[in-house]
Formats: sequence, structure tokens, C-alpha cells
Amino acid sequence: MTPSQRRFLQLAPVYAGLILFGILTCVPFAWLLCAAFKNNADIFASNFLPLGDGFLGVAWDRLTVRHFGRLFGDLGLGRAMINSIFLASTAALLATFCCALAGYALAKFRFAGQGFVQSLVLAALVIPGPLLLAPGYKLLFDLGLLDTYAGLLLPGLAPAFGVFLFRQAMINAVPATLIESARIDGAGEIRIFFTIVVPLVRPMIGAYLIIVFLGAWNNFIGPQIVLQDSTSFPLSVAINQLRGLYGTDYGLIMAGTLVSIAPVLALFLLLQKEFISGLTSGAVKG
Amino acid sequence: MSAPLRPYRAEPVWVPWLFLSPFLLTFGVFLVWPLVQSCLLAFQQTFGPRSTAWVGLDNFTFMLGDPLFWKAVRNTFIFAAGSVFLQLPLSLGLALLLNRPGIKGRAFFRLIFFAPSLVGLVFVGLLFGLLFAPLTGLVNTVLHDLFPSFNPEFPWLQVHVMPALILAALWLYVGFNMVYFLAALQSVPPELMEAAALDGAGPWDRFRHVILPEIMPVATFVVLLSLLGSLQLFELPFVLLNGAGPDNRGLTIVMYLYNTGFVTGDLGYASAIGWALALLMAGFAVIQRWFNRRQEA
Repeated sequence: MTPSQRRFLQLAPVYAGLILFGILTCVPFAWLLCAAFKNNADIFASNFLPLGDGFLGVAWDRLTVRHFGRLFGDLGLGRAMINSIFLASTAALLATFCCALAGYALAKFRFAGQGFVQSLVLAALVIPGPLLLAPGYKLLFDLGLLDTYAGLLLPGLAPAFGVFLFRQAMINAVPATLIESARIDGAGEIRIFFTIVVPLVRPMIGAYLIIVFLGAWNNFIGPQIVLQDSTSFPLSVAINQLRGLYGTDYGLIMAGTLVSIAPVLALFLLLQKEFISGLTSGAVKG
Repeated sequence: MSAPLRPYRAEPVWVPWLFLSPFLLTFGVFLVWPLVQSCLLAFQQTFGPRSTAWVGLDNFTFMLGDPLFWKAVRNTFIFAAGSVFLQLPLSLGLALLLNRPGIKGRAFFRLIFFAPSLVGLVFVGLLFGLLFAPLTGLVNTVLHDLFPSFNPEFPWLQVHVMPALILAALWLYVGFNMVYFLAALQSVPPELMEAAALDGAGPWDRFRHVILPEIMPVATFVVLLSLLGSLQLFELPFVLLNGAGPDNRGLTIVMYLYNTGFVTGDLGYASAIGWALALLMAGFAVIQRWFNRRQEA
């Protein structure tokens, strides 16, 4: 046996375990993908794709897009999808901008009260979200922000988690000398932030944009509590409502679930490196 | 040296405060103020946000004798135990497999294992609701194909509420936690492993005496994150079971808080439940710190 063969035999059980678990992880996705395109009879008759005499023994001609047609046609899910895209991208842009600004102030400025603000950030990190649900609802009611996107977006304008992440990233990534020399050259503070600081923490900006986008896209309890007008619902709430109305129309619900998760999976596939590095850099150090 | 140096311009005092203002404003308005309100609300009974009445400690004394609250606590703890004792060992096991020297396609496997954690809890709830559905769900059709005597109409979500929830969470979070474990394993110095192997330490001894102490800080952090996340469980059972499930067997603390505050309309009792939850979470955080300090000593 050559060393490489021995090495392979040693690693074979490891690969077997990884592949087995990889398949188990993918099965729900694959099943959902197949089921969303099946007609209602085939949903009962076959596990994955309907069997027939087409290519690879699959009855390709029995697949249908009518569930998607119904969702985006008379059920108006297109509106919910646009709402989700709008809410998630606005939340991501606002939070990333505000957190980067705050993180920069904490990392690269020396001012009276700095330690106090830093302890506020840490305090905000440990306050459990559900504790704020009831009083937060009352506050939005008092401010007249119930059933508005402002009521949904403003509380998440500058999450402490993001401020903390950007502060950590900027302490090392942004050299103080660069900022000083820009000041000597007469650059304004806002201009320094956009032309010097932001490019230096570009990976962190990318990662945080995705983190907030995903969080807002998947947020359910927020819009469920704040929004009342069904035309303003994002996908998470709209789909759950749809399930309440058409719960037994499995094909329809599967198609709806598929269109809700496909965009974020695609986004992640495109940007996965930045995402995972951002995630671990922020948390594991703690 | 003909051109005179421009005078050095110091950083203006107001700049950091301007940059911090979005954080400070939202912190004050949407965090401190609700937190104060929540302290007050916990001693009130309300019907919606409009009508309130002071009730002293009634919310808390009622909570102590409220069977639904304790049922929610019990369900939440069972779920948390499932996360810590099933999910995390599996995450660590996968990370150990992926961290074996010479493994090819590490990034690919990591990507696959991580993918489910991008799916929001609502959508996982819907997906697993469909997977566990009688007649059409994959779980029942596969079991029926393998064991023809298995009843394809078996109602998992009526009979095995907690196992279904724990399984759905397992699929969702195993890869997420694995990323943390993998990052920790990759920072274990290879010289340490080689030295242990030279000294004749077997795989188990190396795991127990070399790897485990090295990854302990990350491991306790992941356990804490997982516990705190489990204690706040809401969306998954809410969507998967379409509510609290049969006989409230899927009722969690936050779902009870939600039902109390937003279905019954008692924001006061909901706030009291919120404080009980915060107390539990703080308790776990204190235990984690104590454990870490003991490890270091």
C-alpha cells in the first residue's frame, strides 16, 4: 500500500461521516425544491420528483409552476417580497452606516465620557430582546409609530452588537497616523470617514450588511407585533398568514417557503467568505 | 523646506458625539425608556396599551402559582437541554471531523453545514411543519416505505411535540455552532498535538487533555449562546405548531409572554414574565463566568 492509499483509508470514515451528514442537511432543501414544482396529486404520490418515463426516470412534464403563479398572482405575495426586500435592505444600510460611525468614534477618538459610552454598548448587548417586547409596543403606540415601517426600522437603527463589532474591527484596521495626516491635509471629518475609514474596514462592512439583511429578512416577531395592514407585511408574516388560510394546500405553502428562503441562500452563496469571517471575528474573541 | 507647514488641526470635540448620536438616541429612546417602562409595567395590569391599573406585586405572586407559566418554563428548559446535550456535541463532532489534517473540501462542507442557519426560524417552522405532515411529509412517507406497517397518517406534531422541535432546531443550528468550534479547533497549536502524540497519547486522551482545555473558553461561550437562544425560543414552535400545540406542550416562555401581552392584551403581566426570563438568562451568564474563572484557576 502506498502512503497516499493508507492516508485515504484512514480518512475514509471521516469523509463518510461528513458526506452522510451533508446529505442529511441537504435533504430538506432538496425535498422543498422538488415539492414546490409538483402538482397536488404528485405531492401525495412521490417523495421527491414524480416518477415516470422521462429523462432519468422522472416525469418532468408533470412538474408545474402553477403554485408560483397563484402566489404571485391573486395571492399577492409579490407585494410581500418587495416589502421584505425594502425592509431588509433599508435596515442593513441604516444599521451598517450608524454602527460604523459609532464604532469609529469609539475606536479612534479620545473624549471625555468615552468609557461611559463603551459600557453602555456592553450593557445594551446583554439586555434580552423579549423583555422589551411589551414596553416597546407601548412606546410605539405612544409615539404613533404602530403599523408604520418607521416603528419597525427605528429601534434597529444602531444595534449595540454592530457598534461593538465595528469598534473591534477599527482599533487595528485603521491607523491613527492616516487619520491625522488627512486632518493636516485639511480633510473634513465626514470626508475622512468615507474616503479613509470605510475602505479600510470593507470586509467588516460587507459582513455586517449581510448579518443585518438576514436578521431583518427573517424577523417575524417584530413585524407581527408592529404591522397591522396586511399590504405592508413582509414575507415572514405574509407566509404564515397564508399557511393559516391555505394550510392544506401543501404545494402552495412549499412554493411560498421556497421563494422566501431562496433569495437569502443565493445571497449567502455569493458572499459566504465575508459572512463567515465577519461572524467569527466578532464573536469568538469574546 | 520652503512651504510652511500647515498648523496641526486637532480633532474637534463634537465629532465623536455626532458620530455616536444615532446609537445614543436609539439607545435612550428604544432601550432605556422601554426598560424603565417595563419595570413600571411589571407592577400594573393593562388591557392593551390604553388602560392600566397598579396592582403591586400581584403579577409576580400570580406567576408563582400560574401553572401555564411553569409549563412554559418546563418546555423551554427541555428544549434548552436538547440544544446543549444533543446539538452541541454533534456540532463539536462535525468540527473535529472537518478539522482532521488532510481533509479536502473543508470550505465546501462548512458551507453546506452552515446553510440551514440562514433560513429564518419562521421558514424552518413552515418547512418542518411540511416535513412532519401526515401522508405528504417526507418523514412519514420514508418511514412508511421502509416499514410498510408504519401508519403514514401518524401525526408527529400532535404526539411528539418536543422531539419535533428539537430536531428542527438541530437541523438549523448544528452547522452554525460548528463554525465556532471549528474556529476554536483551528487555533489549537499543532505542536501541542504533535507533542501529545509523541508522548503516546491516544485520540481520546488528546481530545480530553489537549483539545478540550484549549477550546474550553469558546465551548462555554457557545453553550451560553445556545442556552440564551433556547430560552428565547418563540417563532419555531409558534409557526411549526401553529400556536402552543396540543395541551400547550409547545408553549415556551416567550410565546406565553407574546400571548399574554398581544393576544390577551395584558402588557403588565407580559413585562413580569419578561423580567423572569431576564433573571433566568442572567443566572446562566453568571454560572458561565463562574465556570470559566474556575477553569482558569
